[in-house]
Amino acid sequence: MKSNVDLVIIGGGPAGMSAAVSAYENGIRDILILERDSLLGGILQQCIHNGFGLHKFNEELTGPEYAWKYEEKVRELEIPFKLNTMVLEISKDKKVTAINSEDGIFTIQAKAIILAMGCRERPKGALNISGSRPAGIFTAGTAQKFVNMKGYMPGKNVVILGSGDIGLIMARRMTLEGAKVKAVCELMPYSGGLERNIEQCLRDFDIPLKLSCTVAEIHGKDRLEGVTIASVDANRRIIPETKEYIECDTLLLSVGLLPENELTKSSGIEIDPITSGAFVNQDRETMIDGIFACGNVLHVHDLVDNVSEEAEIAGRASAEYILQGNEKNIDILVKTDGRVRYCVPQRITRKDDTTLFFRVSNIYENVRIYVSHNGKEILSKKKIKVAPGEMESILLKKSCLEGIDSGELVLGLEVL
Amino acid sequence: MYDIAIIGAGVVGAMCSRALSRYKLKVCILEKESDVAMGATAANSGIVHAGFDAVEGTLKAKLNVLGAQMMPQIAKELGVEYKNNGSLVIGYDESDKEKLEMLYNRGVANGVKELRLLDRDELKALEPNISDDAKYALLAPTAGIICPYSLAISAIGNAMDNGVDLMLDFAVESISFHENEYSIKSSDGKEVKSKYIINASGVHSDDVAAMAGDDSFSVRPRKGEYILLDKECGGLVNHTIFTTPSDKGKGILVSPTAHSNVILGPTSVFIDDKENKSTASDGFDNIISNAKSMVNNIQFGKTITSFCGLRAVGDTGDFIINSNKPNFINVAGIESPGLSASPAIAEYVIDMLRSMGLKLEINEKYNPFREPYNKFSKLSQSEKNEMIKTNPDYGKIICRCETITKGEIVDALRKNPKPTTIDGIKRRTRASMGRCQGGFCYPYLVEILSEELGIPYSEVTKFGGESIINIGTTKGEIKYEK
Repeated sequence: MKSNVDLVIIGGGPAGMSAAVSAYENGIRDILILERDSLLGGILQQCIHNGFGLHKFNEELTGPEYAWKYEEKVRELEIPFKLNTMVLEISKDKKVTAINSEDGIFTIQAKAIILAMGCRERPKGALNISGSRPAGIFTAGTAQKFVNMKGYMPGKNVVILGSGDIGLIMARRMTLEGAKVKAVCELMPYSGGLERNIEQCLRDFDIPLKLSCTVAEIHGKDRLEGVTIASVDANRRIIPETKEYIECDTLLLSVGLLPENELTKSSGIEIDPITSGAFVNQDRETMIDGIFACGNVLHVHDLVDNVSEEAEIAGRASAEYILQGNEKNIDILVKTDGRVRYCVPQRITRKDDTTLFFRVSNIYENVRIYVSHNGKEILSKKKIKVAPGEMESILLKKSCLEGIDSGELVLGLEVL
Repeated sequence: MYDIAIIGAGVVGAMCSRALSRYKLKVCILEKESDVAMGATAANSGIVHAGFDAVEGTLKAKLNVLGAQMMPQIAKELGVEYKNNGSLVIGYDESDKEKLEMLYNRGVANGVKELRLLDRDELKALEPNISDDAKYALLAPTAGIICPYSLAISAIGNAMDNGVDLMLDFAVESISFHENEYSIKSSDGKEVKSKYIINASGVHSDDVAAMAGDDSFSVRPRKGEYILLDKECGGLVNHTIFTTPSDKGKGILVSPTAHSNVILGPTSVFIDDKENKSTASDGFDNIISNAKSMVNNIQFGKTITSFCGLRAVGDTGDFIINSNKPNFINVAGIESPGLSASPAIAEYVIDMLRSMGLKLEINEKYNPFREPYNKFSKLSQSEKNEMIKTNPDYGKIICRCETITKGEIVDALRKNPKPTTIDGIKRRTRASMGRCQGGFCYPYLVEILSEELGIPYSEVTKFGGESIINIGTTKGEIKYEK
């Protein structure tokens, strides 16, 4: 086993593979992808529905098909990867320690690292739902794995809490497999999922979406027997008189995705409390030189196509870093005004055309998105509607930054 | 025919069974659940109290202090995580200060060593996150934290290795006594005969005593809800923090756990249903507001789970350890500090058996030691690599959050007391106990259980009974192939 590798990529999902291909195309040959699952492709392997690749490939692919587009490339370019390999530790000086059945525990010194570990689902425990603790409560992704990868049915009568995209997809999936999805309850007054998923996964199947609604109590001793749902007020507190009992044997949770940054944190990389991913610059380089992050480990995306594109940025930048070092000649922080919840990158260190990706904190109509520096607006654009469930972007041209090389940019939103 | 049947596989039954396995006796444990340590033992604070709470002269006081002294050695023998982190009772005003002095004096009278009263500066130095309002504290350096269900599981495993039998899914329905012999029957028609009975059935111990004709006491379930925080919050407090006790009991505590999480709770509410372990939202509100007033910087957003345990509260105010029927010992009302006292309770029961005329002959084959479940994780890297070479399953991580390998899970499945459920694996190995709460590893755990037990995928349960994980297959029948 080699103990030195130019570029180690942690995670062989869409972000990791796309970053690997991009690094290769930019001149790096000594690459190693470490993947904890038994297949490349990450969570895409269980996403057997279509809708992937519309932006990137101009065609509608299933998750495994989309993953295969990249896996095929990885194989064609003979980029090495190790499956069933779990990274245990990364250090500031870019030593990666991992474990698998064939090599045992091993350490590799990398010149650069790309973090592409993806995200995980927020579990039920985080919600403090009162009631009992029976079997039959799953995160939507776990249920998706049982159904799509294992061929097993978690249950027949389903309530879904949370309207994240996986929850919406699973509403349709469970229905197609013969289950009855009785309701999708969303705590917020709007869905966190994509509009197209609400249309195709709920409305098309007459599944009710109950907004400002939550699961107040769980019933059942051994297996789930029912849930009490209730509306919530503006402060997200349950309104007791709206309580309603629904008989069900399964509760699926789609209440948010959390970037999986345990490794990142343990290596001392600074984390943005809003995205729960690393602070990065336009190259997706973290606060440690030569360690990059991309995909859902950096911030949760709604489209895999965007993950691939972000990973290309990180792949290209890591190649540049390894080959000649990347130039940093300015240092500007990108802040947001509150209506804009977060922005990636959070920092700009070089004058290039840079796309700022961001999410808003509520649904707003007829808005103007602007970027200012010291109160002076340098860029703006209008949009008819923005929603937290859809990632937005704005291109900050190199020319906009003329005369600016430090301080803060503010990315804000004004309702017209 | 058994010499002794222990009813209940909680920590009390567990410690009694292990202590009895030192002797040449035929002992069995009868448990109504599908696994051991499923009642109050699975859901409590995990504190080894120093022993200043209970009034001098009570069994609680005496057995707490003794048990707490025995605990470190027992934990070591059984390979159970125990930390001697010490405890602090904090006080806000003059009246609290007086109570702390009273507790100090009581502790000294009970035989608790090293107790010390602290002022604000000393307290702040020990606990930087302590509330700004906390002015006084009682420090008990001998207090500790232990994983309560690990203790019970390992004690029973050790007892079984030393010859004790365990019968699960044995819900005692009737007890009869005839010619110096008890016949114990289960609800599904099984029968066990034994000369002696130790009634350690927790919240049900009054019901079990009544089956033997003893209705001298009653037990009420008092629910206690808890919130568990992510290991990331592990540095929040070093000691177990209590507020000055009131008439209502010890109140809410904030403590690290033996596995480096942070535990907040318990609430304290009497209920009627002995099986109702459901949580309530006012319970959470109570925990959160109380914990906030004790310790600063608690990240409630890092909650990974919440749960409820039922404590068995006897009607005498003290532990009820007595015998009102021939060869029948009640070990009832073992509420806090029951866990701390459990090693001493076992010795106390043995003394009772001896005085009842039971012959206690030393079992020369008795081995007090047991290999810990987390043995692999404690090895050096080169030792781990040797293990992976001989068994590649040790290189396969199943639980990402707690870094648990397939090898460790399979080991746990083959070791006494053998688990047959997902929660059984969880309590032994910690797989699915981390921050994702099984989101990633559940499908793998189901697969491993199905493989090891030779049962279909869709028959795997979370904790026995009807708690199945999957109700069947999707459209196409997929036959599980081994």
